[in-house]
Amino acid sequence: MKFQIPIGPQHPALKEPISLRMTVEGEIIRDADLRLGYNHRGLEKLAEQKTWIQNIYLTERICGICSHSHTTCYVQGVEKLMEIEPPKRGQYIRYLVSELERIHSHLLWLGVAGHEAGFDSFFMYTWRDREIVMDILEIISGNRVHYGINTIGGVRRDLDEQQVKHILDSLAILRQRSEYYQHLGTNEPSFVARLAGVGYLSREDAIALCAVGPTVRASGVPMDVRKDDPYGIYDEVPFEVCTAETCDVLGRTVVRIKELFQCYNIIEYLLKNLPTGPVAVRAPRRAKPNEVVSRYEAPRGENIHYIKSNGTDKPERLKVRAPTLGNYAATIKMLKNGFIADVPLIFAAIDPCICCAERAVALVDARSGQEKIISMNALKQLSRQVSAGNARKREAEWPL
Amino acid sequence: MATVKTLIYLIVYPGLLFLFLYSTFVEWYDRKLYARLQNRMGPTHTGRFGLLQPIADFFKLMAKEDIVPDRADRKMFSALPAVGLAIVFTAMLLLPVWNYSLDRPSVTSFNGDLIVLLYLLSLPTFIFFLAGWSSTNLFSTIGGARVLTMLFGYEVPLFLAVLSPAVLANSWRLAEIAAFYRQRPALALVNLLGFVIALICVQAKLERTPFDIPHAETEIVGGTFTEYSGKKLAIFRLMMDAEMVVAAGLLATVFLGGFPGGALLGLVNFIVKTLVVIFFLSLIRATTSRIRVDQVVSFAWKYLAPLAILQLLIVILVKGLLS
Repeated sequence: MKFQIPIGPQHPALKEPISLRMTVEGEIIRDADLRLGYNHRGLEKLAEQKTWIQNIYLTERICGICSHSHTTCYVQGVEKLMEIEPPKRGQYIRYLVSELERIHSHLLWLGVAGHEAGFDSFFMYTWRDREIVMDILEIISGNRVHYGINTIGGVRRDLDEQQVKHILDSLAILRQRSEYYQHLGTNEPSFVARLAGVGYLSREDAIALCAVGPTVRASGVPMDVRKDDPYGIYDEVPFEVCTAETCDVLGRTVVRIKELFQCYNIIEYLLKNLPTGPVAVRAPRRAKPNEVVSRYEAPRGENIHYIKSNGTDKPERLKVRAPTLGNYAATIKMLKNGFIADVPLIFAAIDPCICCAERAVALVDARSGQEKIISMNALKQLSRQVSAGNARKREAEWPL
Repeated sequence: MATVKTLIYLIVYPGLLFLFLYSTFVEWYDRKLYARLQNRMGPTHTGRFGLLQPIADFFKLMAKEDIVPDRADRKMFSALPAVGLAIVFTAMLLLPVWNYSLDRPSVTSFNGDLIVLLYLLSLPTFIFFLAGWSSTNLFSTIGGARVLTMLFGYEVPLFLAVLSPAVLANSWRLAEIAAFYRQRPALALVNLLGFVIALICVQAKLERTPFDIPHAETEIVGGTFTEYSGKKLAIFRLMMDAEMVVAAGLLATVFLGGFPGGALLGLVNFIVKTLVVIFFLSLIRATTSRIRVDQVVSFAWKYLAPLAILQLLIVILVKGLLS
């Protein structure tokens, strides 16, 4: 017997709205359909009305996890447009925060993977230790989530000796804890039984479907913008691109844990070789008419910002391609012929940040299936019309 | 006098009142232990050490709006929680607590009560299945199907594991089995393997991690209980807590020598031994991740069932050596 089960737009496994429609036969998924467009962002239009500086804080709010990724990607592009180069110390601090953010994102993901697999103890432990890196970020920038440290031409805050020492001390603890998670994540039998062989994505499919980040690296493709097209200081920092050959959710877990260790190495290198000097240069208010594509390896994969300037103090166009969007096509491939029980795990394994990838709401007529564009006022009127005919529901009674 | 004692037995101890209070305590104990194992605080706010939290939760749920879906079978949907609770509370009366002696067996202690108790513990599983099925919700239906699929896995090993001590004790009466192992404590060690198997199967029966598949939150929302709310959900939750007490009591009777010592000492014995069993159950819950339903069945038939048969074989051999 075939039937369709709707996962989302509201479902406990999803923290953000998206609709996954599974056609299942018993416990096995025969077909999957993915629908976007439950969240209206309007940020690309908003960006055209704000100045270059104001847009840093706008792009920071695209995502709550990789906030620094979006600002860095944007700031890199704007710096190219304005033809300025941030000083070395500023760059070191900028990418130090990048790597700290990667640690916090990966630790968060490990916890989410544990929770989706019903392993809540793993979730609680990784999130507890994630507090260490959140504290470091707070010490550096004053904030836990939206660091606001980037500015055009460098960073806004400097590091002092005490902070460097604190970060290095905390890293030692994190490294020790990560070793424990590596052991647990790859050895706990019930956990591995849930991850191994689940959500298979072959090397060829991963490339053909344009998967990005840990998803593609777990299929054995060493694709990483930091190595392939080094930006900032990544051509002088020694690090390895972590891959796995298993092509499944276990591989994606292993890649992320391996990347944690790479992050610790990078941060130690950055702190030990921190150059002296200023952290920022003065940036002009306007940028000459030009266009630029900025690439950045966010924790979830490649983040792309396209920026077009027209000689004023505002961008003419800002186009954001969040990494999650690149992984949707691969997700459908991974879901097919899996079990219902694996849906949250497979979907979580791409580390989806749904709202980052959303742009506009699509209005679809449920009966005819037609899509149309409508103004906000017309939508409000429509909803009043629909609800006017309905009888008012009985008030809930106090049961005792 | 006998009537008063029977009434007290039914209503106060170990019947309704005691089981209600002890179930909520056991829920608190399980939650607190689970939280401490996860480096959390657990309930702290309501009552001393948060002891009253499960009771507060129960009454809060009782006061919530109670919704019956339009397409659900209204009578069955509403009756199931009450029937389930009645079954579990009846099962509690069969445990040899306080009101039993081997010379003057009361109505609730008879030869074969072990089988009746196991049967009464199987019924809640069907209640869960029917609850899922009668909700007509897609997630509930999947949950209901998973309940039954899991039953095929763990039921046989559980029966084999629980019956092997009975074979060694040469009795189908819980009080006699407990008395047998109290007299010869060394023989209880023979059943160690069976105890481990029974613990795992009870964990599956109670639908706790790694076997919380029928109501796996991240997969099928509330599973069997998706459509249940308010009073009905409160009663289901109480029923599951009570089922944990009864199942722990069964394991304590069969494997750990029962609860001797009359009213007071028997009570202490009961609480200590069931808490030991529940400690292991919480430990399993905290250290594993949820497995898939097909993995439950294959795990049960590949490992649990053969080991349970091995346990039975050991018991038969030991019995032969003793006689």
